Amino acid sequence: MSFRKPSFLNRWRRLQNHAEKKTIIDAKDPWSTLSLKEWLGYRDLLYFLIWRDIKIIYKQTVLGFSWAIIRPFFAMLVFSFIFGKLAQLDSEGVPYPVFSYTALLPWTYFSTVITKSTNSLIGTAEIFTKVYYPRIFAPLTPVVSALVDFSIAFFILALMMLIYNIVPSSTILALPLVLFLLLITAAGLGIWLSALAIQYRDIKHAVPFLTQLLLYLAPVAWSYSLIPKPYDRLYALYPMVGVIEGFRACLIKQGALPWQYIVPGYFMAICILISGIYYFHRREIFFADIV
Amino acid sequence: MSDIKISVENLGKYYNLGQKQTKHETLSGRFVNLIRQPFENFKKLKNQAAIPDEQNQREKGIWALRDINFTVKNGEILGIIGRNGVGKSTLLKILAKITRPTTGHIEIWGRISSLLEVGTGFHRDLTGRENIYLNGAILGMRKREIEKKFDEIVDFAEIEKFIDTPVKRYSSGMKVRLAFAVAAHLEPEILLVDEVLAVGDAAFQSKCLEKMDVVSKSGRTILFVSHNMGAISQLCSRCLVIRNGKLVAEGKPDEMINWYLSSLNPKKVDGKLNISPERLGDGRLSFTDAYIEDQYKNTTSKPISGEKISIVVKFQAKSSIQKVTFLKTIYNHLGIPVVHFSVESQGYKFHIKQGTGTVRCTIPRLPLPLGRYRIDLAAFDESGRLDSITGALYFDVSISHFFSTFFTPPAKYSTALVEHAWDLIQ
Repeated sequence: MSFRKPSFLNRWRRLQNHAEKKTIIDAKDPWSTLSLKEWLGYRDLLYFLIWRDIKIIYKQTVLGFSWAIIRPFFAMLVFSFIFGKLAQLDSEGVPYPVFSYTALLPWTYFSTVITKSTNSLIGTAEIFTKVYYPRIFAPLTPVVSALVDFSIAFFILALMMLIYNIVPSSTILALPLVLFLLLITAAGLGIWLSALAIQYRDIKHAVPFLTQLLLYLAPVAWSYSLIPKPYDRLYALYPMVGVIEGFRACLIKQGALPWQYIVPGYFMAICILISGIYYFHRREIFFADIV
Repeated sequence: MSDIKISVENLGKYYNLGQKQTKHETLSGRFVNLIRQPFENFKKLKNQAAIPDEQNQREKGIWALRDINFTVKNGEILGIIGRNGVGKSTLLKILAKITRPTTGHIEIWGRISSLLEVGTGFHRDLTGRENIYLNGAILGMRKREIEKKFDEIVDFAEIEKFIDTPVKRYSSGMKVRLAFAVAAHLEPEILLVDEVLAVGDAAFQSKCLEKMDVVSKSGRTILFVSHNMGAISQLCSRCLVIRNGKLVAEGKPDEMINWYLSSLNPKKVDGKLNISPERLGDGRLSFTDAYIEDQYKNTTSKPISGEKISIVVKFQAKSSIQKVTFLKTIYNHLGIPVVHFSVESQGYKFHIKQGTGTVRCTIPRLPLPLGRYRIDLAAFDESGRLDSITGALYFDVSISHFFSTFFTPPAKYSTALVEHAWDLIQ
């Protein structure tokens, strides 16, 4: 069978089978239907949704999964020419192509997730107006499925590091911490945007524009050292700063993690995620009525 | 745990219909509007799902359901009847958690699945195999369950050969079969069926009913919305009648169906026809009365199957009309035309003088099984339609003497009765 499920989930099975299922729907209490147990009950669906997303992502394309590499790679070429060669931006001693690609890698993931999450609910309106399942799965699906592209693009980075002979320091062990920050930032924003987009379709038009703005706001083409001193604390509240600088510290630079960016980044990302889940759940009961 | 599966208290659902748009016809008005519109749009979008303010009901809205209370016991098959748009489907959607009630409290014990729509979530680019897994999961099946039933589903859908072909290459029939096969293998404790939404495919409807028959025999709880009174009376153990969003009656299916059907057309008793916009024709002739007479020439709305009846129609002609043919069609409760009577079929036409007149169509032995029927009337001359009226007359057949044995033909297996004889040769 081509469908394998991670075995660690088997543990939950017994719990699931013996749980007495009682559902309460109360008009006055919007939290009555929020239950982690229910999400667990539907975990196979989340798995299939993610798997479907990966399967169809590059269906009927010529280049297939090469697209995962093309997007960050060509952006890197342009950035290297404009910002590295012409503008001569400081890349802190690292060859500029590697410097920018290391940032474009998480950035491409981030922009893919928020674009797809924003449209995820609108795109599945046909399903969720007819069948019930935890709606939050819709914006969460791209968070996982976009990791496939991310992993493929990661190989190119490894290759570039090999070519430029860059050996990561022991800080690379902190990479999961940075990666997790990237995931919750993308998930939190994706949840917010998907819930907003279904009510206000402006969001759908605003997101491509928003990702562009956020790109120039993030230290992708340049280094955070360009930010003048008193403002860098405020700047650190933008979680992608922590993510990008974290990636660079882990992979291509020597020295410790930039905690001054990662800690505020985590704080902000968790705030966005929790408020996003809260907002999403407050609104999800109306999705079928307003779509 | 008690044997109650669903309890619904004080349920209500309010829909906002939106405000009226203000229009600005002048250029400056349009310009002001350009700035003002975003604010108004925002307010409108924001209030789409707002709960009505009890004190200040400026928003135009409608209560799709109001003050609904009922409980469903374990193993019960509850029918829900009512006209289109009275809130039956909304009720099922609330129970299926697709939409949220505005008021009230519901408790549900057990896994609930809905057959509200089939094929939801099919993806064109995925193969049949992949879609079975995806669709099964969307309908609430666990992966293990789908694996266990996979072969059965494929068998049922008769698509073994195409199981690894993308669904976009399937014919529409194959898609429906596959979709239904998945839905039919759900094993919920509580099943919601909305047959009203499943219209369009007769094969699916009948399969749906078969499936319900099977599920009901396995002792599971079902909520069944249908316009098919035969199916309701056959399958259900109890029945709710909903009218204008309110639960108006509750009881035994047959009683409820009779009550509901008789409440549909209370004005048709005297046989007078009113001028309705549905009437077509050039007006040279118009029908004024329509009724049924039994064999003793008494007016009746409950003719007996197998006995002589006449369908009597009175009309008014503005002038004399040559070569007129009258048509009468009897439809059953499913809206299927059962029999058609026309003057022309008998080889003649009528010449009508100015003034009033009566035409009588006599059927020596009424060949209809038990049920509710509707008669449509029309009259034509050679230049076109004189008058026609849909639903001119409704009647119930509740007693059958068609066969001299007093055997009552089951409505499930017949739309018309035919005289016949048996021989045994050994």
